[in-house]
This record gives sequence, structure tokens and C-alpha cells, in this order.
Amino acid sequence: MLIRIISLIFIILSFAAPAFAQSGTDPKPLIDALAKADFAEAETLIGQIAATGDPKVVPALDAFSEGDLYFRKSDSAVFIGKTGDAGLELIDPLTGASAGPTSKSAVTKIRVNNNLRRVIDAAKGGLTLMSPDRGVRLAAADAVLASPSPENLALVEAALAKETDSEVKARMQEARAVSVLSSDRSVDEKRDAIKTIKSLGGRNALGILNSVSSSIDPSLKSDLDSAIGSIEAEQQLWDMVQNVWYGLSLGSVLLLAAIGLAITFGVMGIINMAHGEMVMLGAYSTFMVQEVIRTHAPGLFDWSLAIALPVAFLVTGAVGFVIERCVIRFLYGRPLETLLATWGVSLILQQTIRSIFGPTNQEVGNPSWMSGSFPVGGMTITWNRMWILVFSLTIFFTLLVVMKKSAYGLNMRAVTQNRRMASSMGIRTPWVDALTFALGSGIAGIAGVALSQIDNVSPNLGQSYIIDSFMVVVFGGVGNLWGTLVGALSLGVLNKFLEPSVGAVLGKILVLVLIILFIQKRPRGLFALKGRAVEA
Amino acid sequence: MTFTSSIGAKFCGALLAAVMSTTALSGAFAADDTIKVGVLHSLSGTMAISETTLKDVMLMLIDEQNKKGGLLGKKLEAVVVDPASDWPLFAEKARQLISQDKVAAVFGCWTSSSRKSVLPVFEELNSILFYPVQYEGEESSRNIFYTGAAPNQQAIPAVDYLAETEGVKRWVLEGTDYVYPQTTNKILKAYLMSKGVAESDIMINYTPFGFSDWQTEVSKIKAFGSAGKKTAVVSTINGDANVPFYKELGNQGIKAKDIPVVAFSVGEEELAGLDTKPLVGHLAAWNYFQSVDAPINAEFIKEWKAFTKNPKRVTNDPMEAAYIGFNAWVKAVEAAGTTKTDAVLDSIIGVSVPNLSGGYSTVMPNHHITKPVLIGEIQADGQFDIVQQTAQVVGDEWSDYLPDSKNLISDWRKPMSCGNFNVATGKCGGKGM
Repeated sequence: MLIRIISLIFIILSFAAPAFAQSGTDPKPLIDALAKADFAEAETLIGQIAATGDPKVVPALDAFSEGDLYFRKSDSAVFIGKTGDAGLELIDPLTGASAGPTSKSAVTKIRVNNNLRRVIDAAKGGLTLMSPDRGVRLAAADAVLASPSPENLALVEAALAKETDSEVKARMQEARAVSVLSSDRSVDEKRDAIKTIKSLGGRNALGILNSVSSSIDPSLKSDLDSAIGSIEAEQQLWDMVQNVWYGLSLGSVLLLAAIGLAITFGVMGIINMAHGEMVMLGAYSTFMVQEVIRTHAPGLFDWSLAIALPVAFLVTGAVGFVIERCVIRFLYGRPLETLLATWGVSLILQQTIRSIFGPTNQEVGNPSWMSGSFPVGGMTITWNRMWILVFSLTIFFTLLVVMKKSAYGLNMRAVTQNRRMASSMGIRTPWVDALTFALGSGIAGIAGVALSQIDNVSPNLGQSYIIDSFMVVVFGGVGNLWGTLVGALSLGVLNKFLEPSVGAVLGKILVLVLIILFIQKRPRGLFALKGRAVEA
Repeated sequence: MTFTSSIGAKFCGALLAAVMSTTALSGAFAADDTIKVGVLHSLSGTMAISETTLKDVMLMLIDEQNKKGGLLGKKLEAVVVDPASDWPLFAEKARQLISQDKVAAVFGCWTSSSRKSVLPVFEELNSILFYPVQYEGEESSRNIFYTGAAPNQQAIPAVDYLAETEGVKRWVLEGTDYVYPQTTNKILKAYLMSKGVAESDIMINYTPFGFSDWQTEVSKIKAFGSAGKKTAVVSTINGDANVPFYKELGNQGIKAKDIPVVAFSVGEEELAGLDTKPLVGHLAAWNYFQSVDAPINAEFIKEWKAFTKNPKRVTNDPMEAAYIGFNAWVKAVEAAGTTKTDAVLDSIIGVSVPNLSGGYSTVMPNHHITKPVLIGEIQADGQFDIVQQTAQVVGDEWSDYLPDSKNLISDWRKPMSCGNFNVATGKCGGKGM
């Protein structure tokens, strides 16, 4: 939509701007010919359409790339189709004038594939380099950069001569360098181009240099190899940083999944097999919140996660409360029965969700601020992973404050350390038990909100996290929140350093083996609790 | 963990015993003048996500057949059991369906593990199984009909498409670590190398079931793709791990224009849980897409939506395979005039029934079927746009590209009646069975 608006603005402005390389051919018959063209013919036609140099064809190319180009069955005339309330609205591909609504059966969509999209991007890049809109020019330079072709070289150079914006100019320099490499320019010019691309750095530059390495002039071979070598060396360094980041990110997911368990299992000592289902319920709460928002207040969608947090906390907290009151409180001090009972509860919860929502995945959308990525040096960081890391640390420290600084936290610690003494001091221990279990479950629910952003929301969601959660809590040291934090992050980093060299499958096995060995050596985990509480 | 799972198993066992006794009871009350059909799909556990749909399709098909007057003048009756995604339980349930409920044929299974688990049961008790999911090949049983795609009906045409249309020179074979991806990748590697692709241009990579942290894998693909040659990913990633995989691809900005991914286990159903806008252009290879433009398909989709009372329900390839299998069985029973296994096994070979892509599928002597291969690109609405459709392809059970099986053929017609005939030695037997 945005692209189309921009292109429309662009058309209007382009009447004023001097058109470049206008060969004077009317693009209309070429566009109409798309109706009957197969993929190979369409590719040729796109080249011819671009060669007209007429910027008016850009909206048609855009629509083609997006799959919005149709031809009318009655007369094979090609139109841009816009889905509206009354079926499809047809728009003239060149003038942008409306040709009235039509039914979907009266037109046929003109098929497009990846290859054509690439060709269109390159063609469009060349056509929009002179656009008055800075953003369009930048995108055009990127498009030329991504698909170097000798045809675009002249266009880039002409655009460069007129460009005033420094950022766009730099990008165009890079685009020019890429095109020079694939053209038949002089060796000196190519040597400069290699330098420019080398300073660009990153995987794309590496790909571009590698792709010409077989066809390059022998005298440039050493320049090229040294450029490739230096980019690769730099990339290797970044790969190390990237591994640490990936490890922290995986660790933050483990922390999220385990943090609720650190309370129910770690602090209370309940072997809670239904922990994963609490995470799952949190994810389904997010789904429900998003469904309501989609139907009633679509504008709030970017806030859906913030709204889902308290909802998920309350829902899962309440479920946890009920489970504690109805099942677990009868089983304190009998770990085997607790395990069996919570396992049963987890099966019941799973099947209940399956009966209500069906067994298939539910779509939980990512708000715009959680989609995409941003580059940091030679690596890319995805927004969703970054926010999840921030989020899990926030939860962790909030929980820590609640446990250490609030009256409720004091009661909770008193009860877990010495139940009878706490009871004698007037603390209602059953009530504290129930609230603690509800808190642990609620935290698991909040984790579900975050995990719904990166994983499937299906009734099986919880199962995939339960083993990992226990692993983290046991490794970090039962009863110690800091242990859970350190345990989760170190397991994450360890995993991500093993993965590139031994593969994901073996990496996971090795981590498990290492944990088993570690537990043999230190049965109480990284941070063992000391004192009487251990024996109780 | 053994401890937990054995307790879990016992608990499940008790539950299942209860279910079993109820089905047995309902069986006892059923009238004699019905033909029973077994439906063996997991309705609980990890595979319920995929298999529940197939159970619904079978119920719909049986329902429709009954509306048309049933079969041989009798009504069809579905006997649905739940093997709960537990492979040994599949064998147990299959035995129960055949011996206790006396079903005429069974439609079921999804994973290869479950099929391998029931295979000896069907051979021992001489009954018929229709298996509706794409699989790795390298198997042929007298009692099983494979209506899903064999590797040559899915994987190989997909790779051909990428090489020809997109000019792909470098391949990442990314899969979940179990039998289907491993065998398929073995076949694909042998095939690509036979086409002159260097070994250094093929990267094979496996991840565990339900894998969700794809950051390292995706950046590995990115790095592999920066060697200056057009790169594509061939994905045999199993169901649940796909959503996080595609999310990571989208977030890391790998577009189909740069590195296309062609998947063999991702259909309309899997995409239903995903925002597909960042995925437009990634591909899937199947024998059927919901977007197929054929009157018979439009009719099927309409019936399916009406049957499930859900206008948003999608159709997918295994549903078409179930549809073909069921109709072929009905036609074979009508031709044989009986539901007896041996008679049906004889009459079904050569039976042709309409498939949903507008053509006909024929049951071949190797118990596989003919069907066209469709390559589709993912669209923003979660559907596929078909970019290529081949002519009919005969399912090849023994791959021609693996040294162990290239001499084997299967022909269950008399007098050969052999699932692994070695054309080099001229003898029945050898690897496989």
C-alpha cells in the first residue's frame, strides 16, 4: 500500500522531472503483452518495458511483483487490481485512472515467480534512481546493488552526477562499483570498485566478490583475493560475537521458560510436570487477546503483547491457584505422587486446549516493533530476540525484588525455609503455598506471551520446554534464582558454541551429557543452597 | 525420565483400555449389514496436529459414500481409534481393528515410524492399509498402498525446478533428524551429484524434532549462500519446527528472491499458524494445492468447509491422497464384488480415479499411484500460487539414485508378486523387505 502511494506521488512528480533515457517507445503494448506471456517471455518484456525509460511504468511493475496485475478475460487488457469491498477494483496500469470494479472471475491474475521479482527489482532500480523522493532513490540504489547489471551502470552514473544527499550518494557509489565489476570497464576502474566493495564489508559484499572471481581479469585476481580474505577474516570475528549473542538469546528463552519453575520446583520443591502447560496457557491467552483486538480494535495491535501480559499472568495464576488448592496441597512431601498428579494435570490441560481450539497451530502475530532486524557491524540482530532478552531479564529482576524486598516474599522464604517456625509466627502457610504456586504459574504464563512470538502456539507448546526448564533449574541449583539466571545463560552460550561445529543434534546431546557429568560432581547444581533449608 | 514415561505410559494405558472397551462395545452393537472401515490416526499427542484433519476427511468421505447409497448395497461404518502418537500403540490398534472390529480396510498413519510399526501386522493378518502421506520410499508391501508422494513425485521435480528456473547452483539440504529427511537427502545428494553439482556445493544439516532456536542455522545458510553462486534451501523440516524456522528467515531478512526455500512438509495447514507476508515466494512441492483451479477441487473444498462447519478450514495434499486412496478402494471393491483382501488386492491394480488437480490417478502394480507434481510459491494469504505443474509421474518406490535400490522393482501382480525384485540378479528378494 505504502509503496503504491509513494509510487503514485512519484508519478505525479515525475511529470515535472526530466525523464532519463527516454527512448520514446510506448510501454502500453508491452504491458498488455504480459497477459499472454509465459515466465521466459515476461522476463524479456520486463527488460523492454524498463528500456522505454518511462517512469510511468513503475506502478505496473510494482503491481506485477506483488501479484496484483490482472488481465481481463474478455479483451486481454492488463490492469492493476486492488481488492476492495466490491470484489476487485481495476486501475489502468499507466495512467492510474480507475476502470471500475469487477468480479474476480472476469479477470485472471498474471503469474509471477521469484525470478521475475528479481528482474523487476533490478529494472525498477534503474528507473527510480532519479526519483525526487530520497527514500525511493535509496531503495533504487539498494536494488541495483542487489542485482548488478551492465545496463544499470549508465543509469547509476547519471544519477550519481545529480545526487546531492551524502547517504544516497554513498549507496550509489557502492551500487556503481558492483555494476562496474560485472561490466567491461577498464582494469583500473574495476580495481577501485573492488576497494569500494571491500569497504562495504559483510556477507553481501562477499557474495558479490565471490561471484566474479572466476571471470575476473587475471591482473585483478590478487586484489580480489585479498579483498575476499580481509572480509572473511572480519566476518569470522563477527561470527564469534554473533555466537555469544545467539547464546545469550537462547539463554534468555531458557530463562523465561525456567523462571516460573525456579519458584514452583526450586523454592517450593514441587515436581511440577504441568509447568509447560502454564507456558502454553499464557501463549493461548495472547492469542485470545489478539483475536479480540483484531475484531474490535485493530489499531491497538501493536499494544497486544502489553495487554496480554497481565491477562496471561492472571489466567495462568488462577489456574495455578486452583491446581494447588485442588491437587497439590494434598500431596506435599510425596514427590512421586506429585509428579504423577501434575503429569495427569498436564495431559488434561493439553487435551482441553485441543478440544477448545483444535489441534492446529494458532496464528499469533508479531507487532511491528518485534519484526525484522537491525545490523550491528557484521552481524544482524533480530528485534524479537532482543526484546525477549530484555523482557526475560526484566522479569527476573522484578521477581528478585519481590522475593527479597516485599513482605510477601519474606513470608514465602520463611515458609520454605522452616514451615513450622513460620506457622508459629502467625503466617498462614497454606495461603502462602497457594499464592507462591500461583505466582510461579503466572510467571510461566508471562513467559508464554513472549514465547508465542518465536514458537508455535499449539497444545504441544509446553512439552518442548519442560525438559529444558528442569535442566536449567537443576543445573543452576535448586532454590536459587541467581543459579537459574547463570544456568540458563551459560547453557545457552555453550549450546550455541557447540552448534556451528558439531551440529544442532549432537550439540544438544553433548550439552545433556555435560550436565549429567556436572551433576555427578555437584549434585546441588552451580549455586547450592547451604544451611538447614537443604535438609528440610 | 524412563521413570516418568513408564508411569505416563501406564496411565495412558489405563485410559486407552477404557477407550478400547467402549469402542469394542459399540462394535458389538453395530448391525451386521455394514462394511467397517478402520481410521487409524492420532487424535492426541504430538501428531494430532496433522492427523486429526485426516480423520475428519475420512469421516466426510465415508459419509458421502453412504449418501450415495453405500458400497455393495451396504452402509459404510467408520471405526475410529486413537493411537495417540505412540508408534507401538499403532500396531496394537491396527491389530484390534483387523481382528476384533473386522474392518475391510484401514486408512491411516502419518509418520514413517508408525507405518513401519503396523506393516508386519497388516502382512500377518492380511488386511489393507492406505497410507496418505509423502514418504521416503524404499519400501513396498503387498498389503499397503502408498497414495502420498514418493521422492520422485516431490523432491526431485522440486530440485529440477529450482535448477532450471532459478538457476540454483548451491544447495542446502536442511532437515529434521529422522528417517524421512535422511533418506530423501541421501537420494537428493546422489541425484544432484549425478547432475554435476560438486560435493562442496551441497550442505546437509539436521536439527532435532521441535527445534525452535534457528538463529545459528539461518546464519549458517546465509554464510553458505555468500559464495557467489545462486543458493537454495531444500527443507525436509518436520511440521512443528517450521514456524520458528520461517519466522527466523523472515526476521533475518532472507527473502525468497535471495535464497529461496522449497519445503516438502509445509502445506496450507502448516501456514495457517503463520503470518506469510515475509515468506512470499518461498516454495513448496506437492501433488495438490488448495489453489488448484479445477471444478472438482472447488466442489471438494466446499464440501470440506460445510462438513467441518468452518469456512476458514484449508485443504492440503495428504487430504487429496486420502481422497484418492478411499475412492480407489471403493472402485476396487465394486469391481471385485467383495471386500475380501485378496480379491481387492487383485482388482485395485490399474484402477483409475479422479484426483483433485483435474486429472486421474491410477493405482500402479507397485502399490504407488500416478499423479502430477505441482510447485507452488507461498502467497500473502497463506495459499500457494502454482508456478509449475508436471505431467503424471509414477511413484517410484525404490530410488534409481541409491546404489542399494537402483536394481530393485516392485510388481504385486501375479505371477511376479514381489515387492523387491532385483532386475540384475533376476530374483525376488534382497535389500529392504
